[in-house]
Amino acid sequence: MKIIVCIKQVPATTQVKINPETNTLVREGVESIINPYDAYAIEEGVRLRERCGGTVTVLTMGPPQAETALREAISLGADEAVLLSDRAFAGSDTWATSYTLAQGIKKIGDFDLIVCGKQAIDGDTAQVGPGIAEFLDIPFVAYIRKIEEIDDSLLRVERLMDEGYEVIESKLPALITVVKEINEPRLPSLRGKLNAKKAEITSWNLKDLGVTEDSVGLPASPTKVVKIFTPPPRGSGETLTGSTPEIVDKLVAQLKQDRVV
Amino acid sequence: MSIKVLAEKCIACEVCIPACPYGAISIEGEVAVIGDECTLCGSCVEVCATEAIMIIDEREAKGDLSSYRGVWIFAEQRRGQVSSVAYELLGEGRKLADKLGQPLAAVLLGNNVQEAAQQLIYYGADEVYLADDPVLEDFHDDSYAQVLTELINEYKPNIVLTGATAIGRSFIPKVAVKLHTGLTADCTQLEINPESKLLEQTRPAFGGNIMATILCPYNRPQMATVRHKVMKQAVCDKSRKGKIITKEIDAGKLTLRTRLIELVEEITDTVNLTEADIIVSGGRGLGKPENFKLIEDLAKVLGGAVGASRPTVDAGWIPYSHQVGQTGKTVCPKLYIACGISGAIQHLAGMQSSDVIVAINTDPEAPIFNVATYGIVGDLFDIVPALTQRFKEVLG
Amino acid sequence: MDYFLTEEQQMIRDLARQIAQEKIVPVRAELDEKEEFPWEIMKVLAESDMCGLYIPEVYGGMGGGCFELCLATEEISRACGGVAVCYAASGLGTYPILLFGNEAQKQKYLPDIASGKKLAAFGLTESEAGSDAGGIQTTAVADGDHYVLNGTKQWITNGGEADTYTVVAMTDKVKGSRGASTFIVEKGWEGFSFGKKEKKMGIRCSSTTELIFRNCRVPKENLLAREGMGFIVAMKTLDCTRPGIGAQAVGIAQGALDEALSYARRRVQFGKPISSFQAIQHMLADMATQIEAARALVYATARHVDSGARNVSKVSAMCKLFAADMCMKVTTDAVQILGGYGYMREYPVEKMMRDAKITQIYEGTNQIQRNVIALQLIKESASK
Repeated sequence: MKIIVCIKQVPATTQVKINPETNTLVREGVESIINPYDAYAIEEGVRLRERCGGTVTVLTMGPPQAETALREAISLGADEAVLLSDRAFAGSDTWATSYTLAQGIKKIGDFDLIVCGKQAIDGDTAQVGPGIAEFLDIPFVAYIRKIEEIDDSLLRVERLMDEGYEVIESKLPALITVVKEINEPRLPSLRGKLNAKKAEITSWNLKDLGVTEDSVGLPASPTKVVKIFTPPPRGSGETLTGSTPEIVDKLVAQLKQDRVV
Repeated sequence: MSIKVLAEKCIACEVCIPACPYGAISIEGEVAVIGDECTLCGSCVEVCATEAIMIIDEREAKGDLSSYRGVWIFAEQRRGQVSSVAYELLGEGRKLADKLGQPLAAVLLGNNVQEAAQQLIYYGADEVYLADDPVLEDFHDDSYAQVLTELINEYKPNIVLTGATAIGRSFIPKVAVKLHTGLTADCTQLEINPESKLLEQTRPAFGGNIMATILCPYNRPQMATVRHKVMKQAVCDKSRKGKIITKEIDAGKLTLRTRLIELVEEITDTVNLTEADIIVSGGRGLGKPENFKLIEDLAKVLGGAVGASRPTVDAGWIPYSHQVGQTGKTVCPKLYIACGISGAIQHLAGMQSSDVIVAINTDPEAPIFNVATYGIVGDLFDIVPALTQRFKEVLG
Repeated sequence: MDYFLTEEQQMIRDLARQIAQEKIVPVRAELDEKEEFPWEIMKVLAESDMCGLYIPEVYGGMGGGCFELCLATEEISRACGGVAVCYAASGLGTYPILLFGNEAQKQKYLPDIASGKKLAAFGLTESEAGSDAGGIQTTAVADGDHYVLNGTKQWITNGGEADTYTVVAMTDKVKGSRGASTFIVEKGWEGFSFGKKEKKMGIRCSSTTELIFRNCRVPKENLLAREGMGFIVAMKTLDCTRPGIGAQAVGIAQGALDEALSYARRRVQFGKPISSFQAIQHMLADMATQIEAARALVYATARHVDSGARNVSKVSAMCKLFAADMCMKVTTDAVQILGGYGYMREYPVEKMMRDAKITQIYEGTNQIQRNVIALQLIKESASK
């Protein structure tokens, strides 16, 4: 079974803060990590290979440093890694990212299953997985919490829905996105880390993918970010006073305004 | 298409360096240089005081965008029942449609859902595009994406809104890809720009640490998903009239590559503490174990989890699995309501990174107030039940 | 400080730290409370290739030595001294095979230990033979192609949990310490059983039991080295493993300093964080200095051992002695800095102080270490 896992390198977001005075992102000391949801995807890919044989190829699109994430994926058990990197890919929104990754997957070729995390923690869009499936014209099932059965041509999974779960059968090849309930990712092994250090990472640019400059990156992205700003700062220690009904009114109004209820 | 630093304007002030979320900028000589790590996010353009950085955007509209008219909302239904998020979309869609002077329509896919279509009109839809066929009984990405795409191609709406639900987030990205248009996920605010008439879509990014406003200037329709409970529901008016436009489905033409075997509904009483978006916690101020009922009631109304301080767990009022703090769980919910908790250092260690903290305590000197977003000096036995009652009314 | 670790050594340290943070810290209090052997964590360590760091690659290990084992032990100890001893004691049980085993013995026993499939343990101490190993009562009597073992070993770390035991028994009592021999004994053999699990002050998740031999027949091929070499096997083993106790002590102390520092910065008294008071600052400074000094000595000693140097008893004893006394002092001071909170089980420093105490006692009390050091000093001086 040939499995492709798509991953993204993201900043560890809890550490990304905005400096309220300058309104700029404070990124000192922010490390880059594998998107946590993608770690479940890697683990599931590796488990499937351990169960059915085959290979796990990890794929990412990003700047040259994204190689670190690919090496980490190898230390966690992936066999091969491919990096799609080109200045022309900059400014990609989810449409262009899906397109570029789909081209990478076509070039890898001959796959049975593509596994992605349900979303990335920096953008939280959950759009790239289904987008890739659409470009490849293969079936797609989101939010998988369990792979019940898999053989050469059929996949039976549990899809987490808002009110419970559905058991879905899909033809292969297919693309699935996984939720954290699916497994507990292992820690890397020392041998895995040593392998990862030595591993050769395949790197493909625009030319390697054989696509035109205006079909990727910003030119191919329908959306445009026009403003980035800090959400209204957290009120520090506001005391609510009055009679009980007054207090309750104020609090409910505040919480609604803060969009936490 | 590129980002450019205008050397004559750049004063090497380095403001852009920390602003770049990707660490792509360095100063070489006396001018900022942007490296390959750049994703053209524009953060540096925002902060540059001398307007020395510019993104040159040569994108332009493809085709005649003015032929796209109307605001559509996707009306999600499960077994004939329209989800409440659809009514929220109608509420928001109505505002946008009025600002544009364009009609508001709902798209309804399902099997035997005519009644639901009528319902959507009561809630403000001028038109309902109805695809009613046994093949659409269950949700499948393939069929739903194909039918919606065909409808959009046929009727060319200007805006399409969908709930950011499991279903919406699953199939809408496929529709956007098919149409080669933009899609903005999880919007918390939608506005029509009074001049350009474009849809300004604002959403949180980086785990809510920053907000981004996004446009889709050159492609149509402009598509967005909206999270449940963010927008206000439309009001039902049974005198409203509207048009139902039926879309005939040729089931044979639909590609269906997935099959639903079983649907299992799961309603869990206990919410996992560390994963919960809302936590209501009780402390020694509750006085006795039975009073945790007050905390549970409030948590239930809010769909949140129940937390507890160490003394209550030690006293055996509630199991250890509920303990928040140094030796309990570390939590980071959107909302943390501390009731009768003084805020000892070991408790604060487990909860102080919550987005919003509400503290209710009789002692105005209690340390919990130092970390509270909203502090209430008062008797929890008055305030908590009143809050529960109030939320019951507000949240239905 | 930069100890010029190789890339692989850095990986070992980082991975051990990750395991400690993610897998051990969340459960250490519970393991201590329940006195439960940390099998889950042993499994993680095995899957991460941590169990064979010091075992040659031909036997499935990673091909490192005492230093690599020390790096991992230190990081694990920083989170939990109890888990660390479960891990390191397997090394103690393995070193006799590594140092004195013949090819067949190595091939039979080392791969399963290297992969973490099996744990090892070392059986030397008895009720009448603690610091005075000459008092060993357990006997091994040759009988055809077997030895028959009788006697009881006491306070054996990993007792009952390990599969492979290296046990010292008297083959010739008349010869005293020259009459001891070492055997490899497998769990499950007839006549080999375990006594009750001891209740301890610290390192409570680790298992400490008696090993009871009643006419236990051990095949002759399981004799390590030769008859009468038992004490030499034991002493050479301890020479190699004492830096590991040193590393454990450094780790526990570092963990305590981490806690004390973070507490001192948060804890506000008289309107200021207590870290702004010089009394606290000086304690923190002393703690950090002592830890660094012990670490430097432990690392230098472990590297010395790995270099193949012949006589390492003195430095090996020095590093264990210094690190263990340091650890007791630092953990006690950490409890002091946390004050009342430090004395409560709510915070981890109380456990660290309990865990620290054993490092002054096992693998030779610190008094015995001083004897070893002094004896060697006098010997060296006399031979000049």
